[in-house]
Amino acid sequence: MQIKETNIDFEVRSLDAMCVNESELVHPWWFNFKYLFAGIVFGIILVKAQVISWFRIQEMFRLQSFHMFGVIGSAVVTGAISVFLIKKLNLKTMYGEEIKFYPKQFSKGQIFGGLLFGFGWALTGACPGPLFAQIGTGATVILVSLFSAVAGTWVYGLLSKRLPH
Amino acid sequence: MKIIEWLSHPWPWYIAGPLLGLTVPVLLLLGNKTFGISSSLRHLCAICLPSSISYFQYDWKKELWNLFFVTGIIFGGIISATVLADPNPVQLNPSLIKELHTYGINNYDHLIPVDVFNWQSLLTIKGFLLMVVGGFLVGFGTRYAGGCTSGHSITGLSNLQWPSLIATVCFMAGGFIMANLILPFILKL
Repeated sequence: MQIKETNIDFEVRSLDAMCVNESELVHPWWFNFKYLFAGIVFGIILVKAQVISWFRIQEMFRLQSFHMFGVIGSAVVTGAISVFLIKKLNLKTMYGEEIKFYPKQFSKGQIFGGLLFGFGWALTGACPGPLFAQIGTGATVILVSLFSAVAGTWVYGLLSKRLPH
Repeated sequence: MKIIEWLSHPWPWYIAGPLLGLTVPVLLLLGNKTFGISSSLRHLCAICLPSSISYFQYDWKKELWNLFFVTGIIFGGIISATVLADPNPVQLNPSLIKELHTYGINNYDHLIPVDVFNWQSLLTIKGFLLMVVGGFLVGFGTRYAGGCTSGHSITGLSNLQWPSLIATVCFMAGGFIMANLILPFILKL
């Protein structure tokens, strides 16, 4: 199916050609296990830094603690330095491929969608990553929130052409 | 097991933040992957229920790495809650504890307030708004915005993308409005 849309999606790299900066190399599926390992480490950090705590999110939005701002701020600074170094030193992936970055277009969705996500973030106390981590820590009821988030994604997909962008 | 004990304490922001930020270069170096978590929800839709919606018509097999990553996050949660479990309640600002007490939230043993986040309260208006409507807004809003805290706030800002700055400001604005102006009424229900 031919999809003609501009790319407003940050996480999926292009709607016309998925994975524009995707590896040209074809690997067996089990090569993906390295991302499982990266996810495990990421999940442990989320929990141990209490980023997935509903209480910590409430503190953040009430300006009652610096913790969350420190976490996000220092993550951005580290990420920015890393991206700068990758560009400056022209680093390659572990398979020797060039790492490419693509500029992102502005869309009104970043405002409307951003506000709606902010509402959901304060209600559930979780953005998508923490939803998965909370389930792992044994909060099984959050499976309902995750399912609801998938439903929200599906409804967005259904309505996306009719929403202002 | 000194290391395990040491790792079990809550990690300060200046350790956790930089480690989280390193996810961006790690995924790029492992295989040119752009860090972003909410797109996993889109892939789940594309796999399970694409129903001829063009937004879900793409080769999700190429994005499987993302589902491996979020599965890893679940395992990370399991490890943190077992091997690295911290028996102490989360240390919070006393004024938040005072405020939450007025809503009947007094249990700080878990990372979520089990007084309101539990299977029974799913059927109450309060529980439904917090868990079901909240979850829906997370899924709908992140996809509408084209990313979440990871895709926009960490990856996007790291690459100095101004649309990501707008998105991040709106995430925060939405959170401030909800937490301060609307949530108190919901928690009083």
